[in-house]
Amino acid sequence: MKTKSRASARSAGQSSIKAGAQIIVDTLIEQGVDTMFGYTGGVVLPLFDRLYDAPINFIIPRHEQGGCHMADAYARASGKVGVVVATSGPGACNLVTGLATAMMDSVPLVALTGQVRTELIGNDAFQEADTTGITRPVTKYNGIVKDVKDLARTVREAFHIASTGRPGPVLIDLPVDVEVNKCAADGKADMRLPGYRVRAKGHSRQISMAARAINKSKQPVLYVGGGVIISNAAEELRALAETAHLPVTMTLLGLGSYDQRKPESLDMLGMHGSAYANYAVQECDLLIAVGARFDDRVTGKVATFAPNAKIIHVDIDPSSISKNVSVDIPVVGDAKTILGQLAKEVEYQERKEWFAKIAQWKKKFAFRYDQSTSAVKPQYVIEELCRQTKNEAIVTTGVGQNQMWAAQFYKFVKPRQLISSGGLGTMGYGLPAAIGTQIAKPEATVVDIDGDHSFNMTMTELATAVEHNLPINVCILNNGYMGMVRQWQELFYGKRYSKSYVKNPQYEAVAKALGAVGMTVDKKADVPGAIKQMLKEKGPCVVDFRVEREENVWPMVPAGKSINEMDGLDILESMA
Amino acid sequence: MKHIISALVENKPGVLAHVAGMFAARAFNIDSLVVGRTEEPDLSRMTIVVVGDDRVVEQVRKQLARIVPVVKVQDFVGQPVVARDLMLIAISAPAEKRPEVLSLIEMFKGKVVDIGQKFVMVEVSGPEEKIEAFINVCKPYGIKSVARTGTIAMPRHAKTDTAPARNAQTQESQ
Ligand SMILES: Cc1ncc(C[n+]2csc(CCOP(=O)(O)OP(=O)(O)O)c2C)c(N)n1
Ligand SMILES: [Mg+2]
Repeated sequence: MKTKSRASARSAGQSSIKAGAQIIVDTLIEQGVDTMFGYTGGVVLPLFDRLYDAPINFIIPRHEQGGCHMADAYARASGKVGVVVATSGPGACNLVTGLATAMMDSVPLVALTGQVRTELIGNDAFQEADTTGITRPVTKYNGIVKDVKDLARTVREAFHIASTGRPGPVLIDLPVDVEVNKCAADGKADMRLPGYRVRAKGHSRQISMAARAINKSKQPVLYVGGGVIISNAAEELRALAETAHLPVTMTLLGLGSYDQRKPESLDMLGMHGSAYANYAVQECDLLIAVGARFDDRVTGKVATFAPNAKIIHVDIDPSSISKNVSVDIPVVGDAKTILGQLAKEVEYQERKEWFAKIAQWKKKFAFRYDQSTSAVKPQYVIEELCRQTKNEAIVTTGVGQNQMWAAQFYKFVKPRQLISSGGLGTMGYGLPAAIGTQIAKPEATVVDIDGDHSFNMTMTELATAVEHNLPINVCILNNGYMGMVRQWQELFYGKRYSKSYVKNPQYEAVAKALGAVGMTVDKKADVPGAIKQMLKEKGPCVVDFRVEREENVWPMVPAGKSINEMDGLDILESMA
Repeated sequence: MKHIISALVENKPGVLAHVAGMFAARAFNIDSLVVGRTEEPDLSRMTIVVVGDDRVVEQVRKQLARIVPVVKVQDFVGQPVVARDLMLIAISAPAEKRPEVLSLIEMFKGKVVDIGQKFVMVEVSGPEEKIEAFINVCKPYGIKSVARTGTIAMPRHAKTDTAPARNAQTQESQ
């Protein structure tokens, strides 16, 4: 390979001879990395030695999965690329859940894993695992570097691939000898990615067709997903919705892209979405999907999804288009550019009847819960939290009922405000995600709305939060059940609560033992005071809310049903 | 319907695993998959035969194009193409049957590449139907073993497309 020597102001001694580990660190810094997460081990010692005095804030989790979720949430909260490091074998294997989580939700992440010496690969060496083989289906791209000369280029390619197009995790496997070997470091080695192209601008003819369809539509709905947040297109979305006068519904990952306090917001759609969003989608004559992928949790029964609608689909990933639902007007490209373009081509339509109908549904089927009992209702905890944080907290979640209630009862107003594992639904995401988020946004109020069983999975990371004195707030909606599983068992398995609870610890005591503040709340009247106290704490604080044990999430679209066939609407109405 | 998909890929370790893994993970069925070098040392060509309705094959094409080291994907359906299979087949041919067998081989423009006491090994190439037909006519004599390459294909009046041209675009559904 030809190494060109070029002068560059960035780092001294561009073409000096460097060890692989130093090349990695220098390239990370060149890529703007100032924070990373990771755990050491035998084959990453050369790299960790070079990190000893590097200008990088390094967070050590208590488990690599936690570290991967932290890097993921750091990326979601900041829009930057998250970086996580692990050793070979067990370290790399512990990243898998985190990588799959990031892959499903299109999170830009670079994972660096150590590997045994090149000449030992394939020999079942100590702590050897086929890391690229194991992680190939859960990464956007991965590869092993076998020659130190390819190192700088590969790291650059990893950042480029992770952060462009539809983002995703990229893993680079680093045999220990490659970290040690030396070569002339070329600060500008070009990327070589002949198979990687990103289409940013949408086809102008397609955009005009979409604009015409919007102008003609009497009953349109904008259905937006995480892609709008990833492409920083909230402003363009607002412009389009206001200019053309369109109601907006969001997926779980899309929440925050449109201010939910506005009348055009239909809140979340889908299995536990609002009745008004689901009805609007089923009755619309035009569905404008942007940065969303028609997930089965959104569409319910695909055959009867939005049956009367012409469908426009804006997405940067051509493979998302017509994958689950066939699309009439596809527009491939970046949501920000395309929404901006569309906003210029559409005209205001009053759509009086349509909005009147929507307003009626909104009134009739608002998210509600029973406020007449003295029990601590999980929904009340979230409403109170939303009130006290003035809709401005960054919320992370566990998975299950807690996550759905967070999506229903916290009203998000700006992008990157809800950090939740949507596609994979990874229990245990909430706490490490709160840590990664707080590190990305030191000034923000970060609240993990968690489930007891989700929290059980990664609660060891509380020690990490304590070590770094992060003012994260953990609200455990402790129902003593794997609540979402219990809800399904109640509804579909004759209340046979088979293996859906464990004996939980006293979270207050756990928190205190790990050096955090711990509280327990079992009275409704104590909820506001506890939240107030929690938000005042300067370090990590865990509040164990003993909530109503058998509360259900409503509405609910049973599996296999159309999204307008919701259960629980009578319950919502009865509480009006 | 049967589609022949041709994918130009970077000649890197892991690419075949990535492609094969994607097919398995997304439950697409592969009829055959052939990988070979091209005139460019950095690039290989994969020729993949898949059976499925248009929507499935469309997804196959898009999912292939999405794999980072996949440079270009073409579906040859509806285009005039030359598609060929190569087969080695060992046929039972004892002395008394040998003339019959040899005349069959002749008819199919096969080439005898090895002769043993009881068997002849034959090389046959051609469109898949021809290969299938030859196997059928050989069956009554007894087949010892068959090895086939799977289909490779090229459109007629082939344009040169192997260079990783910057403007080489994967087809879009628009
Ligand atoms: C890692 C993982 N394992 C299993 C599941 C399946 N699952 C989904 S929700 C749930 C129960 C969650 O319980 P909890 O965290 O207490 O939340 P709740 O529903 O009670 O609010 C389970 C087991 C999952 N999503 N993730
Ligand atoms: Mg629970």
